[in-house]
Amino acid sequence: MSEIQSIPSAGDTARDESASFDPRILVFTCNWCSYAGADLAGTSRLQYPANARIIRTMCSGRIDPAFVLEALRDGADGVLVTGCHPGDCHYVKGNFRAEKRFNFLKMALKQLGVEEDRVRLAWISAGEGEKFSLLVRDMTNKVRELGPNPFKAPNIKST
Amino acid sequence: MEEPRIGVFVCHCGINIGGVVNVPEVVEYAKTLPNVPWAEGNLYTCSEAGLSSIKDAVKKNGLNRVVVASCTPRTHEPLFRSTCEEAGLNKYLFEMANIREQCSWVHSHEPEEATTKAKDIVRMAVARARWLEPQDEPEVDVTDSAMVIGGGISGLMAAASLATQGFKVHLVEKEPQLGGITRRLGKIYPTLQDSSEIVDPIIKAATSNENIQIYTSATLKDVSGYVGNFKVAFKKGTEDVKLDVGTIVLASGALNYEPPKGSFQYGVLDKVVTQLHLEEMLAQGKLAEPERVLMIQCVGSRTGEVWTYELSDMTQSFAARLLSKILGAKKEEGWPYCSKICCMNAIKNAIRIKELWPKAHVDILFSDLRTYKEYEDFYRKARAMEVKFIRYIREIPPEITEAPDKKLKVAVYDTLAGVETEFLCDLVVLSTPLCPSKEDVMLARMLKVPLGPDGFFMEAHPKLRPVDCQSDGIFIAGTACGPRDIPESIISAKAAAARASILMANKKLKTEALTADVNTDLCIGCGLCEELCPYGAHKIEGGKSKTIAALCRGCGVCGADCPRHAITMRHYSDRQILAQVEAMMAK
Repeated sequence: MSEIQSIPSAGDTARDESASFDPRILVFTCNWCSYAGADLAGTSRLQYPANARIIRTMCSGRIDPAFVLEALRDGADGVLVTGCHPGDCHYVKGNFRAEKRFNFLKMALKQLGVEEDRVRLAWISAGEGEKFSLLVRDMTNKVRELGPNPFKAPNIKST
Repeated sequence: MEEPRIGVFVCHCGINIGGVVNVPEVVEYAKTLPNVPWAEGNLYTCSEAGLSSIKDAVKKNGLNRVVVASCTPRTHEPLFRSTCEEAGLNKYLFEMANIREQCSWVHSHEPEEATTKAKDIVRMAVARARWLEPQDEPEVDVTDSAMVIGGGISGLMAAASLATQGFKVHLVEKEPQLGGITRRLGKIYPTLQDSSEIVDPIIKAATSNENIQIYTSATLKDVSGYVGNFKVAFKKGTEDVKLDVGTIVLASGALNYEPPKGSFQYGVLDKVVTQLHLEEMLAQGKLAEPERVLMIQCVGSRTGEVWTYELSDMTQSFAARLLSKILGAKKEEGWPYCSKICCMNAIKNAIRIKELWPKAHVDILFSDLRTYKEYEDFYRKARAMEVKFIRYIREIPPEITEAPDKKLKVAVYDTLAGVETEFLCDLVVLSTPLCPSKEDVMLARMLKVPLGPDGFFMEAHPKLRPVDCQSDGIFIAGTACGPRDIPESIISAKAAAARASILMANKKLKTEALTADVNTDLCIGCGLCEELCPYGAHKIEGGKSKTIAALCRGCGVCGADCPRHAITMRHYSDRQILAQVEAMMAK
């Protein structure tokens, strides 16, 4: 445990002076693998930037591209869709469907001019707590470099 | 829908959350959220005091939704849900905000950021809770009869076990005879009993039990329906049989791998046989006294492994041969796993030959010998009987050529002695693995169950849910899910029977509440959901999609794909998910 706790967290706390903006990252996780991976990052005390907010669904196959578009419209600076590794899906093949849909979404986003790193898909198993923490860190850094999401619709009211 | 009245309970979890997140601040913040008439902090919400505090608050404040901000729902959701039920709320009116695993523990050095994030997480949970709806878990009847696929030792055992519990069992076997591979073995290890001593009583028990109906030479045609209510169709001879069963035990077994023609001269020289052929030769007395029998382990198994060793340890000629082999090596045919039983099997046959003809030499060429558990004694017994064990490496497989006097010459590099050795033998026996059959693919499609990377049927979880299948109501026994010996097959057969009997004894079954719901006004009957559903839970009937709730597992693939947004996922509706998305951004 001491070894894990000694992982430096300076990268999170002492932020670069020039980085004035704190991106807001939305992470979709599936209940069985990637949510459990995020939990494992916690039980292993793997520190990552406090920019990510997690929404749990039962399967990555539940993620309608409209959810991602809605998040961007509402002002999320980055969206990360995660699920079980191919072949490990709790629902046999939901993640394959998620990937297929995601590829179409990426094509559309590219045409709209949304940067490659703003919306990503990743496979995280229940045992990959470290991968989850590294991914959130990487995503946060990359989105911070990209700057705020320019696609945010004006005057969004909360419900 | 009634006006939501949400109670928020924020847990300190001792110092686990409270040591980082400013819990009182989160509680005060929660009180400012719409539809939250009550919020409180608890030292441990999951404690007896915390749980009764939830129940009291629900009664006093007329709450109709509960949000607990604490640890992960993966461990504590069932507990809080049952508390909600005790407080008179439907358990699906509960929502959890994970501020420990996904907040305080991962931001332990940033109390301010962690507190802000905890507030966001609570706000998102409250937003979702506002749209939660009560769900019920519908009950379906369970037919109290089972089908067992496969009449090998596992299938027979499972059938006998179910039948003695009073359930009607239909056993379907594709071969004309019962007993599977076990019947083809002469003797079994480590007791060296006749296999008939094991198989015959089980066959007799199965055939004489009036609860068991046996169909041999039968071909499975179709399986439809769902847990508790499967409809199966098969052909026995020319006769079509249709049955209703509640559960299915899959005991279709495995095949003995046949090496391709020419591999180790198999199929070219008739004195190169597999262990299974040797068993039959010994059982039928077709083997004359040999001078020397040589067995080769791991033929067709453990292929594609990475082998590393120091070249400097080897002789020059060996190194040259090794390099040429590796450079010119073709991909080995076979299976990547260890078949687990071949070492003991080879030792058994070696001991049998030694017992029959003490003067005969038996050599076993192995790359790694795996005589686990009590079988180590079996290995020692063979050594005491002067069975020779010689280590070879995969890259330099033994070379087999014809020799005079109807003998075979086997040249092998002995890595322990560091020399190349030649043997003149009467018989070369290849130890080949158990492998999945091609028919498994058809069977898997019919049953809608997955096959693992090795081609065997996959259990729902390798550690926590052995013998269960991904699809409810189907259980796997014996070698259908990988190489196993007789005791292991019997254990899994009895376990599968026990799991199946739980369903059938209960007579009723609560099904998943998180299912798809089709709005038939919006549905245009395009059939996309029917095509995509991994469980066959959608059927187009009369131009509209219909959900078979008992088949649906609630993954939501259909809900995300429906071009008309006609499908709502219960408990994970678009409205509920989008409420969380919006709440995340609304500060």
